[in-house]
Amino acid sequence: MSIVSNKDQINYVLRSVEERKVRFIQLWFTDILGTPKSFSITPAELENALEEGMTFDGSAIDGFSRVQESDVLAFPDPKTFQILPFQKGNSELARIFCDIYNLDQTPFEGCPRHVLKRTLTKAHELNYNFFASPEIEYFYFAKQDGRGLPQPLDNGSYFELTVADLSSDLRKRTVLALEEIGIPVEYAQHEDAPSQHEIDLRYTDALTMADTIMTVRLAIKEVAQDNNVYASFMPKPLEGVQGSGMHTHFSLFQGDQNVFYDPDSEKFLSKTARHFIAGLLYHAHEITAITNQWVNSYKRLVSGYEAPIHISWAHNNRSALVRVPVTKTSHPEATRIEYRAPDPACNPYLCFAVILAAGLDGIANTIELPKEANNNLFEMSDKELKKAGIRPLPMTLEAALAEMEKSELVAETLGEHVFEWFLRNKYYEWNEYSRHISNYELTRYFPTL
Amino acid sequence: MKTFLCFPKDTPSNITEIITELGYETKCTDEFDLFTDVESPEGFLGVLVTAGQNEQKAIDLCREIRSRETPLSPVILVVQLGLMSKLDQLDDLFDECIIEDATAQEIKFRIIRSLKRFGKNLNSPVISYGPLALNLETYQAVVEKKPLDLTYMEYELLRFLVQNPGKVFTRDTLLTRVWGYEYFGGARTVDVHIRRLRAKLGEEHAGLIETVRSVGYRFGRIHW
Repeated sequence: MSIVSNKDQINYVLRSVEERKVRFIQLWFTDILGTPKSFSITPAELENALEEGMTFDGSAIDGFSRVQESDVLAFPDPKTFQILPFQKGNSELARIFCDIYNLDQTPFEGCPRHVLKRTLTKAHELNYNFFASPEIEYFYFAKQDGRGLPQPLDNGSYFELTVADLSSDLRKRTVLALEEIGIPVEYAQHEDAPSQHEIDLRYTDALTMADTIMTVRLAIKEVAQDNNVYASFMPKPLEGVQGSGMHTHFSLFQGDQNVFYDPDSEKFLSKTARHFIAGLLYHAHEITAITNQWVNSYKRLVSGYEAPIHISWAHNNRSALVRVPVTKTSHPEATRIEYRAPDPACNPYLCFAVILAAGLDGIANTIELPKEANNNLFEMSDKELKKAGIRPLPMTLEAALAEMEKSELVAETLGEHVFEWFLRNKYYEWNEYSRHISNYELTRYFPTL
Repeated sequence: MKTFLCFPKDTPSNITEIITELGYETKCTDEFDLFTDVESPEGFLGVLVTAGQNEQKAIDLCREIRSRETPLSPVILVVQLGLMSKLDQLDDLFDECIIEDATAQEIKFRIIRSLKRFGKNLNSPVISYGPLALNLETYQAVVEKKPLDLTYMEYELLRFLVQNPGKVFTRDTLLTRVWGYEYFGGARTVDVHIRRLRAKLGEEHAGLIETVRSVGYRFGRIHW
C-alpha cells in the first residue's frame, strides 16, 4: 500500500484550504507520552507535504531520537483535515493529523499512531472492529504563572458569586465548539470534586477516538485559556477529593454485529466478551504503566474513591476494574465493557493499543473469566481478597514498570523502540521522584525526628 | 461565464440570492452602457430583467438586448402578476417569464431550465436541498449560507445523501458506495459519520438525516 493518500482526498484538502482562505495548516502528531506536537505550514507547502511528507528533525521530540538518523517524515492523513473554529485569530486555521515515517518511507517505530494502527490491523485480520467511548474528567483552576498550588474555581474565595456558573459555562462552550467540529458529546456534567467536570464522547473506531481525544484535550484547554482559566488533566491534582479518570467503554464488532452481545447468554454477555474481559484482567497489571503513566497517576488509584485498585470485574460494582453495564434487550448493539483504570493524561493511542491487545489475547487463548466481584472491594480485607483470588493493581509507577518490563504482550504491542524508550524514560521519572523530599516528609518527620 | 447580468441596480435580493445559491455571481446595474461596453458580452451567463413598476422600460431593455449583433441568452423577465397582460404579443423578447412573487423554488427551477435550454448550467457544480448546498467543484458545503467545516469522508457522505434524497440506504450500502474501501471502522463507521454530520449541521438541521429503524438512513423528506 502506498503511503501517499488518494488524489480525491488530497484535492479535497487543497481546494478547501483555497476556498476557505486558510492561512496556516497545523500538522499534528503525538510523542510517546501523548503530548501533542505540531508545526505549521503555509498553503503553498501543503501540496508537497501531502504528496511527499515534511522532513523534520525528530531528535527534539520525546522518544523520536535514534542513534543514527534523526530526520523523519511527517505524512499528513488528509482524512483528518479539519478547520478549527475554536482557534482564535484573524484567519482560518486547519489541522491535519500526521503519521511519522522514516526517510525510506517505512513506518517510524516511535510513532504512537502506528502502534495503534498495527494493533487495529491485527484485530481487522480477525474481522474485528474496535470501538471506544471515553469519559474524560478534568479540573478547572484559577490561572496562575505555573507555580504555587492549584486553586479550584468554585470553592468560594476566588471568583466569588459567579464561580459555579463560570466553570459550567466553560464546559458548555467547549461542548458547542466540539459539536461544531463534528465531535458529538454524549453527556457533560459537573463531577464530584470542586471545579471537576466530565465530557463523555460518543463512540467511534479506536483510531478516530485517539485522534479525537487529542483534539478534545486541546479544545478544553483552549476554551479555558480564552477565559483566563487553566484546565488540567492531571490524574490527582487535589488531595482528599476524586481524581480525574478516563473510564472508557469498549466494544468489538464484526460488520454490523456486536460480538459482545449474545441473546442466549447470561445477561447477554457473549463468550467472546467473557474471554476479552478475562484477557484484560489477566494482563491488567502489565498494561497499567501505559494506561496510568505518571507518578501522580497512582495517587488516584487509591482506596475510597471511584478509582479501581483491584483486578476484578462486575456488572454493577463501581469499585471493580472492569464494569459491564447491563444492556437493555432493545439495544443489543450497546453491549460494551468499561475499563476504569485509564486517566486522561495517558497517551490514548498506546492506551487503546494495549487494551485491545490484552482483550484479543484473552479471545485467542480462551482465557477463563474469573467470578464476578459483587462486594465492595474497598471494604474487603487483604485476606478476603486473596482468598477470592483478587490481585491488586500496581500501587506505584515503579511497580507498574516492573510488571510491564516482564510483559511479552506489551513489548510486542508497542514494538521494541517504544517499549524500551518508555521504560527508560519512566524509570528516570521514578528515580527523580524518589529523590524529592516531599511536603509530607517535612511536616511529618521534621518536627519529631 | 459565471455572472448573471441583472437589471435594475436594485434587483430584489430574494432573486439575487437564488442566483448566488446556484453558485453564480450577479452584476446588478442600471446602466445599459455597461452591458454594451463589455468586451465580450458572452462573458455573461444570461440576463435577468426585473420590471417592477416600470414595465415599459423593461420591455425596451429586452428589445435592445435582442437587437444586439451578438445576442445574449437567456433573457429572463421578472414581472408583477398584474402586468402580465401587457406582454401579450411580445413573448419573443424574452426566453422565460417569472412572476415576481413566485416561490423561491419555482424561481430557481425556471432559471435552471432556461439556462439548460441554452446549453448552460448542464452540469451545475452546485447541488442543494432545502437550506443545504454543496459545490462539487470547490468541495464546499453550506447550511443556511454558513460554511460547514467537514472532513473529507463527511463531505463524501453528505454529497451522496444530497444526491439521493428521499431514498433509504442501509449501512452496508453506504459503506460500499461512499467509502468503497476497507476501513478500520466497518459498518458502524457509518453511524459515527452520520452523528458527526448531524452535530455539524446543528440541532436545527440535524433532522435532515433521518434514522430508519433497523434499516439505515434517509436524507430529506419523502416526496409524494
